[in-house]
Amino acid sequence: MAAPPRYHEAVQLAGSATRELDEESASWLRRLASAASAERHAAERELHDRLLRIALTEVRRRSASTPVTGPELDDVAHQAAGDAMLAILAKLTQFRGDSRFITWAYRFVILEVSSKLGRHYWRNPPVALDAAQWERLPDRLGLDPHQQAEAAAILAEVRHVVDTELSDHQRRIFIAIVVDGIPLNALAEKLDLQRNAIYKVIFDARRKIRRALVAKGYLDEPGAGRR
Amino acid sequence: MNEREMLDRFLRTDPRDVGCTEAISVLHVYVDLIAAGRDAAGRYPGVAAHLAACGPCGDDFAGLLAAVTSEQAET
Repeated sequence: MAAPPRYHEAVQLAGSATRELDEESASWLRRLASAASAERHAAERELHDRLLRIALTEVRRRSASTPVTGPELDDVAHQAAGDAMLAILAKLTQFRGDSRFITWAYRFVILEVSSKLGRHYWRNPPVALDAAQWERLPDRLGLDPHQQAEAAAILAEVRHVVDTELSDHQRRIFIAIVVDGIPLNALAEKLDLQRNAIYKVIFDARRKIRRALVAKGYLDEPGAGRR
Repeated sequence: MNEREMLDRFLRTDPRDVGCTEAISVLHVYVDLIAAGRDAAGRYPGVAAHLAACGPCGDDFAGLLAAVTSEQAET
């Protein structure tokens, strides 16, 4: 049986990039792209086994920050390894040899674990979207308004900036992440947004809030030491 | 660290920060540099700034680095 087209393309890539690749990476590409199905399937099994081992380790490393437990964690790892395997085989020709092949492959499974655990957050969320727990903000920012009048003034300024300088979309994201403490990955899954889109909103909000607090004298300009 | 320092650290942004998409796109390269004992942050300062500030990307970085270095330790 003839190998699928992607394998022939990958063979060409591996051949043209041989000088750039370490021996192990070249071997992976050669075997995963082999026209001999027995060799190709053996390489796929070996890679899947390694992806699964990494996925199982990774879900346990993250277990303290996810509501998923026990056998379900193992299920997530198996799904992540399987989906990563499919993505790797589909993108073999995109491997440019700028890292070891196995590191490039492991990135897929780590990202799959990250994404799948983010999705599981909403099955039993500790806080609902749009809960707007403003009373939690002092904790989030490490402030205690009951002990310092200045801390209360800072919190009021933060809320003023959020209310007046952020769009509805930006405010919703800021409140979900910073006020309600929803994990960024989970929010990205819920709102069907890229992680970067949410990070950018928080990044810009932090900058605006900091600028307002500097203007009011609560924080120093960057690089200016407080005496 | 006092309250003001904690707040300042939370709000401070690094203009070199490249964002999630770019950081993740080179994460495997960045991790391989570290695993090889090379100066990844010096070569990719914007990625280093991002990984220090973004919890999810920092977590992905930690996971990938652990995967690679644990295998190095076994061999």
